[in-house]
Amino acid sequence: MANMLVYIAAAIAGVAFILALYRFMRGPQAVDRVVAFDVLTIISLTGIVLIAVQEARAIYLDVALVYALLSFLGVIVVAKYLEGGEK
Amino acid sequence: MSPMMLVLSLLLSAAMIGVAVMAVWPARSTAVAVLAAGAVSLMASIMFLVLAAPDVAMTEAAIGSGLTTFLFFFVLGRVRSGKDD
Amino acid sequence: MTAFLDIIGGLALVGGAVFLLLGGLGLNRMPDSFGRIQVGAKTTTLGTILVLTGAGFLQPDMALKLFLIGVFLLFTNPLSSQVLARAAKRMHAPEAPETVVDKYSEDHAETSEDEA
Repeated sequence: MANMLVYIAAAIAGVAFILALYRFMRGPQAVDRVVAFDVLTIISLTGIVLIAVQEARAIYLDVALVYALLSFLGVIVVAKYLEGGEK
Repeated sequence: MSPMMLVLSLLLSAAMIGVAVMAVWPARSTAVAVLAAGAVSLMASIMFLVLAAPDVAMTEAAIGSGLTTFLFFFVLGRVRSGKDD
Repeated sequence: MTAFLDIIGGLALVGGAVFLLLGGLGLNRMPDSFGRIQVGAKTTTLGTILVLTGAGFLQPDMALKLFLIGVFLLFTNPLSSQVLARAAKRMHAPEAPETVVDKYSEDHAETSEDEA
């Protein structure tokens, strides 16, 4: 039962990944792409947590921890770059 | 390999090819190309995780998706601000 | 008892994934960049927190790392969305006309119509 629920959650997250990917490829503004990239990173983090639960290996969560750090720093750096772009 | 992992890796491969094509498409700005390269690296990291190599995935996340993107944007900002001298 | 906790955890996982799906949907449905930034920040925060809670129910020995990830995400996600919204405003990103509130111009247009 719980296994099937994990599968269902993974399928729904996969659909969300495809939707965010569509916006990442299409987004007219650079800001749209950055937002879509952030959402892609967080959906990937969720997928990593789902894989860790499914395989029952806690070491996989370290990758998710690295991503929780990196998505924040990446968005800050890109936003700093884009802010300077209009001067 | 369980069916969930198989479907996941197929989806990831297709998405990686699409985003890689987007990264080298000629008519894009440099910032978008760097972002797309970061996205390819992100998906490659999940692929390593699916193939049961968490240490490689962690390295790919820190270096490929993190440090390379930061370095590219830092250098882009420096190059642009130094245009006047 | 364990089966009960498993089902609660699984339902939390599915709920969080549904919130992520709503985020992806909103990312495609919103008319301008600011709406997309808002959707991308809020739905993913709630969705990820729900998924982490569900994973904690399913695998109780992972709870410490999951808690760390959740706390970190809860602190950094609003901050990154705020920085991004500021960058979008400074870049003069186009705003959809239906999201701008300008009561003064509306009133002014009405009175000028009455006078005319």
